[in-house]
Amino acid sequence: MLGKNRMFWRRNIEGYLFISPWIFGFVVFTAGALLGSFSISLTKWNVVGTPEIVGLANYQKMVEDRFFWQSIKVTLYYLLNVPLNVVLGLLLALLLNQKVKGLSVFRTIFFLPSVASGVAVSLLWMWIFNPRFGIINVLLKKIGIIGPLWLGSEAWAIPALIIMSIWGVGGGMLIYLGALQGIPTAFYEAATLDGAGAWKKLLHITVPMITPVLLLNLVMGVIVSFQVFTQAYVMTDGGPNYATLFYVMYLYQQAFVWFNMGYASALSWILFLIILVFTVIILKTSSSWVYYESD
Amino acid sequence: MSSQIAADSVPGRQKRDLSSVRYFQSQRFQNRVATILIFLVLIAGTIFVMLPFFWMISTSLKRPGTEFAFPIEWIPNPPYWPNYPDAWTLLPFSTWFLNTVNITSVSIIGHVVSCAIVGFGFARIRFVGRDVLFVLVLATLMLPYPSIVAPLFLLFKNLGWIDTFLPLIVPTFFASNAFYIFLLRQFFRTIPMDLDDAARVDGCNTFGVFWHIALPLTRPAMGVIAVFSFMLHWNDFLGPLIFLSTTENFTLALGLRFFQGQYQVQWSLLMATSLVILMPTIVVFFVAQKYYIQGIVVTGIKG
Repeated sequence: MLGKNRMFWRRNIEGYLFISPWIFGFVVFTAGALLGSFSISLTKWNVVGTPEIVGLANYQKMVEDRFFWQSIKVTLYYLLNVPLNVVLGLLLALLLNQKVKGLSVFRTIFFLPSVASGVAVSLLWMWIFNPRFGIINVLLKKIGIIGPLWLGSEAWAIPALIIMSIWGVGGGMLIYLGALQGIPTAFYEAATLDGAGAWKKLLHITVPMITPVLLLNLVMGVIVSFQVFTQAYVMTDGGPNYATLFYVMYLYQQAFVWFNMGYASALSWILFLIILVFTVIILKTSSSWVYYESD
Repeated sequence: MSSQIAADSVPGRQKRDLSSVRYFQSQRFQNRVATILIFLVLIAGTIFVMLPFFWMISTSLKRPGTEFAFPIEWIPNPPYWPNYPDAWTLLPFSTWFLNTVNITSVSIIGHVVSCAIVGFGFARIRFVGRDVLFVLVLATLMLPYPSIVAPLFLLFKNLGWIDTFLPLIVPTFFASNAFYIFLLRQFFRTIPMDLDDAARVDGCNTFGVFWHIALPLTRPAMGVIAVFSFMLHWNDFLGPLIFLSTTENFTLALGLRFFQGQYQVQWSLLMATSLVILMPTIVVFFVAQKYYIQGIVVTGIKG
């Protein structure tokens, strides 16, 4: 009895010792930062002086701040890339799963762009979208279409960034492919015996079986899209006429260009809450369309 | 493709049945059409994916100033190689390269070591509150980094760490990436518990089990995390942008952005540098493709 008790304590102490790096990191860099950010959001502070407590004024200011609403609008518009990427990624994965020849070659090719990211890729796409000399408009001209100004146009800047995001569709594709290959072939054999055609198999076996992964990609896609920064900073600097003033871009400007730490922290908290609400909504509705094998 | 079909189908048609209508309705014909359609879509996709890379290489080999010449020279003749050394030496890219290597390699060690230890704790030791804490780990996946970057900046400023590599490196030693913890936990859970018990009977303590049993069996998983962490830090932009200020301390990503500001329309030079900066990630991807794909597939299956 005593031995059992000692074992219990030992296990707990060891368990917490093993996860202690994470606990420390979580307390300091995550929870601490979040709480710190909340208390700063109740102040007016430009980093050098002393913070002046202003209560909820920063949050009230947001309601009337047209740039805040612009950044919300821009970010929500850009969210269109998520369903597009989910559908296209799934489509590619389904095609590759047809036992096509050269599967691994195609897989590598499609995945390659998701490896490349950051400033270098942003510069590349800036050059691709160059209105006169970029490859897109040059090719469009060949078939007699005068291409838009892309990043220089209020109407086309976000569509351009969505096209750029589709270039990275291979990342999602690879996840779907893994899930597709995990579906037991016995399911399909049974369906064939029951006389189901290809379309029925897709609708009643394949799609339900990969809904958990669809959910994962949907949630991650939304979270990532809310954090777009590098592209906007490098390619458009938020312009033209604030057409690409993404939420995080605006947050960055408030915090590190104008050093309005109080207001920026309030923006941080609202960003956190928006993502939380989106995730909860997706997860809540998911119980009606996501299929778990164990159910 | 089409000639192959013609060659295949002609004798088949003569032998089996002469009515071509029947052939067009046959399963075999439909499968062929489907295969061709799939290939066409895949090839269209390949063009969409590869064209930007081709465009990048092509531009990087043009003599500066000729990027804007019509008609477009798709394959520069002769290729202008000096762009590569020129772009590299115009600004202190060698320093930035070393800085990036420094930050990236230390961060990889930090992530692999700390996430392995933490992942093992969550996967193999049953302690009170484990499941609740693990949900908390997953919840931090949702937390956007930009949301905490302002308070982190203030914290590191108080510590006197601004314009050093510490703000980028130190958090990695505290398992700062929830996704890696999650992945490693999944890998550790695949090891049969019997092995742990056998090792304990042989006198191993828990750390011994971790060190002698779990780690050697999950070496590929460590590779996955190392590759992910490499990609993350090599390309990171927001972190260096906020925490580094003097040019000598820049990373490649930051330096490239600086370069863009200085040589705005010199696309041949910009593309040459961008390509050089992307090269390590592409090489690592090809070398470690097995690990990389495995990591993502695990996300898919266990997600």
